[in-house]
Amino acid sequence: MQDTGTMEAAPAGGAAVDGGYLLEVENVRKEFPGVVALDNVQLRLKRGSVHALMGENGAGKSTLMKIVAGIYTPDSGSFKLRGEDIKLRGPLDALEHGIAMIHQELNLMAPMTVAENIWIRREPTSRFGFIDHGEMRRKTVALFKRLNIDIDPDIQVGTLSVASRQMVEIAKAVSYESDVLIMDEPTSALTEREVDHLFTIIRALREQGKGIIYITHKMNELFEIADECSVFRDGKYIATKASTEVTRDDIIHMMVGREITQMFPKEEVPIGDVVLSAKGLTLKGVFTDVSFDVRAGEILGIAGLVGSGRSNIAETIFGVTPADGGTIELFGKTVRIDSPATAMKHGMAFLTEDRKETGCFLLLDIQENTQMAVLQSGYVKNGFVQQKQLGTDSVEISQALRVKTPDMAEPIINLSGGNQQKVLIARWLLTRPKILILDEPTRGIDVGAKAEIHRLISKLAGQGVGVIMISSEMPEVLGMSDRIMVVHEGRVTGFLDRAEASQVKIMELASH
Amino acid sequence: MSTNEIAGSANVIGSKKRLPPEVSILGVLIGIAIVFEILGWIFVGDSFLANKQRLSIIILQVSVIGIIAVGVTQVIITAGVDLSSGSVVGLAAMVAASLAQTSANPRAVYPSLTDMSPIWAILAGLGVGLLAGMVNGSLIARTKIPPFIATLGMMVSARGLAKWYTLGQPVALLDESFTWFGKSFNIMGFPLPLPVIVFLLVAVIFHIALGYTRYGKFTYAIGANPQAARVSGINIGGHLIKVYAIAGLLSGLAGVMTAARAASGQPGMGVAYELDAIAAAVIGGTSLSGGVGRITGTVIGTIILGVLTSGFTFLKVGAYYQEIIKGIIIVAAVIIDQHRQNKRKKA
Ligand SMILES: Nc1ncnc2c1ncn2[C@@H]1O[C@H](COP(=O)(O)OP(=O)(O)OP(=O)(O)O)[C@@H](O)[C@H]1O
Ligand SMILES: [Mg+2]
Repeated sequence: MQDTGTMEAAPAGGAAVDGGYLLEVENVRKEFPGVVALDNVQLRLKRGSVHALMGENGAGKSTLMKIVAGIYTPDSGSFKLRGEDIKLRGPLDALEHGIAMIHQELNLMAPMTVAENIWIRREPTSRFGFIDHGEMRRKTVALFKRLNIDIDPDIQVGTLSVASRQMVEIAKAVSYESDVLIMDEPTSALTEREVDHLFTIIRALREQGKGIIYITHKMNELFEIADECSVFRDGKYIATKASTEVTRDDIIHMMVGREITQMFPKEEVPIGDVVLSAKGLTLKGVFTDVSFDVRAGEILGIAGLVGSGRSNIAETIFGVTPADGGTIELFGKTVRIDSPATAMKHGMAFLTEDRKETGCFLLLDIQENTQMAVLQSGYVKNGFVQQKQLGTDSVEISQALRVKTPDMAEPIINLSGGNQQKVLIARWLLTRPKILILDEPTRGIDVGAKAEIHRLISKLAGQGVGVIMISSEMPEVLGMSDRIMVVHEGRVTGFLDRAEASQVKIMELASH
Repeated sequence: MSTNEIAGSANVIGSKKRLPPEVSILGVLIGIAIVFEILGWIFVGDSFLANKQRLSIIILQVSVIGIIAVGVTQVIITAGVDLSSGSVVGLAAMVAASLAQTSANPRAVYPSLTDMSPIWAILAGLGVGLLAGMVNGSLIARTKIPPFIATLGMMVSARGLAKWYTLGQPVALLDESFTWFGKSFNIMGFPLPLPVIVFLLVAVIFHIALGYTRYGKFTYAIGANPQAARVSGINIGGHLIKVYAIAGLLSGLAGVMTAARAASGQPGMGVAYELDAIAAAVIGGTSLSGGVGRITGTVIGTIILGVLTSGFTFLKVGAYYQEIIKGIIIVAAVIIDQHRQNKRKKA
């Protein structure tokens, strides 16, 4: 689309004309115990271009990028940077060679400030070797100004929303001024507005002649930002195409190698009684006077911009941060929910947004991760875990969600991001909730599995479960919700029925 | 469950064999034993291992540490630490001993409570430990102070209490029905002291508890990711109180065994035992950052400590050298183990 403009503005974009690639990897192979993550794959990145990597969860995209960024050493393969053979000794070495990476999972240190996080290991120092905080602040302000980011450099990262943290990660990666910039699913937690913002940043970088590798599961982003696209399947390289010469269906076909339903049509189900009713919920300084009902069989979507308080409302309902004011009624009775344990006793389940911080037990295996929540209410006799039954049921649900792993005893840290997300969904489905709260349920999940998850959510609603779903993805909110509640700066600004809802109406309410 | 079922379309190269993590540390134990065996033939002209008496003493020496280490392992799995174990041993030994004296003692602590059934002494010792553990746990759960500080406070105070209890005097002349618990039995020609049997029993119980009960699963979950544990509905505070209470109870038990074996209670009993217990757990593969650890590893770690002490004595190494070398070997064992585990992970 904007390609013509970009090409004119960036003569470097024509580097491919002289046959020179910024980055070339050939025949890369990487095995993990029990899995061939990459089977002789290749990737060629041109200067001044955005190269998308596509593939199902566990296809090997992140693994390939970790090799390019010096985090993993490949078992075999060649690696050329600016036409020269190199061998990376580690992530620092990669940075020094001009390769920076934004990881799929956030990697900021929560107790430190935004500025400290960005300049870590590169802190400006004063004459006596002390860290010059004033200078660090100035540099951060300058960087944010250039990227048009509006975040206080002195604020603690831990207090920021996931989306703001993602923007900090992006700024940090840009600050290295690297030639090759890898972005592993940077938009999985961003709303449309930040995605547009990110794309502006990416286009500017492309014009400076940088090469950007961009991993995403969102098909529309591919056509909006990418010049080229390489597809991987089961650790194998399939093909590289210019994004102008392929269609959505071509890509999906290359990705999965079989036919799939792309978008699951939501089933119409009878709506029952109110199962959850929030009345005037308030959490000081975060949201005020939030009231809504959820009925059995209903999917209530919550939409809003980043920082609008969507996730906070969900956390309060589930007792993670109990409310300061207002009441919650469950099945017609007023209940004080002071902890997640209490919420679960009343049949609630809550899939959180940040799978690394509040989701995964990274040291434990898939089985343990799947079963941790259900142990509160079932599969335990006289204190002993009924491991056999639990194992069978866990495998069943993991298969339904298409978790890709050699073995349930695999540590969850070894799973690809999307597969970790599936395990967390499995964890909550196993509890057979009556009220299901989902915060970004399909974050990082590939097209095929996404349709499957949508089908499952819809099926649960059909069984009378009340569902609250927060999502930054418009098509998901519009496609799945019976009703949409829009939140803006901690206040509910309106409800839209399925029939009347549209992207424009949501955006109007969301930005008021 | 079959691996392929779940594998879906993954490129599975056949199911992988997982060695239990204890295997490498067991290797270290065997290695150390063999070194002593060889050195024994060279320097002493005798076998280190082919000696029932010595083998029995090795485990006897460490069984008290082992009982504590089983509790400490659970605490460390929750990403905590218990520094108070040694002091609680001392306090529990004093209290238990004071209720197990014979009327033959003209200066008994409680002249009216002599010649009693040993049950009371044992229950009192266990109770003291349990109470100390519950105080530790409640402090950590309710005030959110770091476990290091809470148990450091208990370490100092419990030791003080142990001394205050008899104003520093040892408690002697204990009833035989009580000291019986420190005795050995001949089982098939092998002298097996009761503390060893208690240690193994405790180890088996908590091995099962950690691996197969809800209590165990939650213990690992809290250490692995407290935030995720909370969102999964685990009452973290309540669970930590349980874990520290169990650790305290086991320290109390260790105190009772110590008093029974020594046939007296002394306020200085158990000094620095907490460090040996932590060392045993860590040598056995328990991670100080939480979420990882197994009782089987701790048992092997405990035995390694025992073999070291016994081996040095056997080789007639001077006491000062013993300590120096022991410190080095503890660190080396952990380094070797971690190195192997990393290699296995990366593979
Ligand atoms: N450290 C590891 N140890 C063992 N297996 C691993 C490890 N890292 C990745 N894998 C396996 O390698 C395969 C590829 O994983 P990778 O993370 O590259 O997938 P991905 O394409 O990024 O998927 P997603 O879209 O879900 O992020 C997966 O099957 C994964 O389980
Ligand atoms: Mg990935």
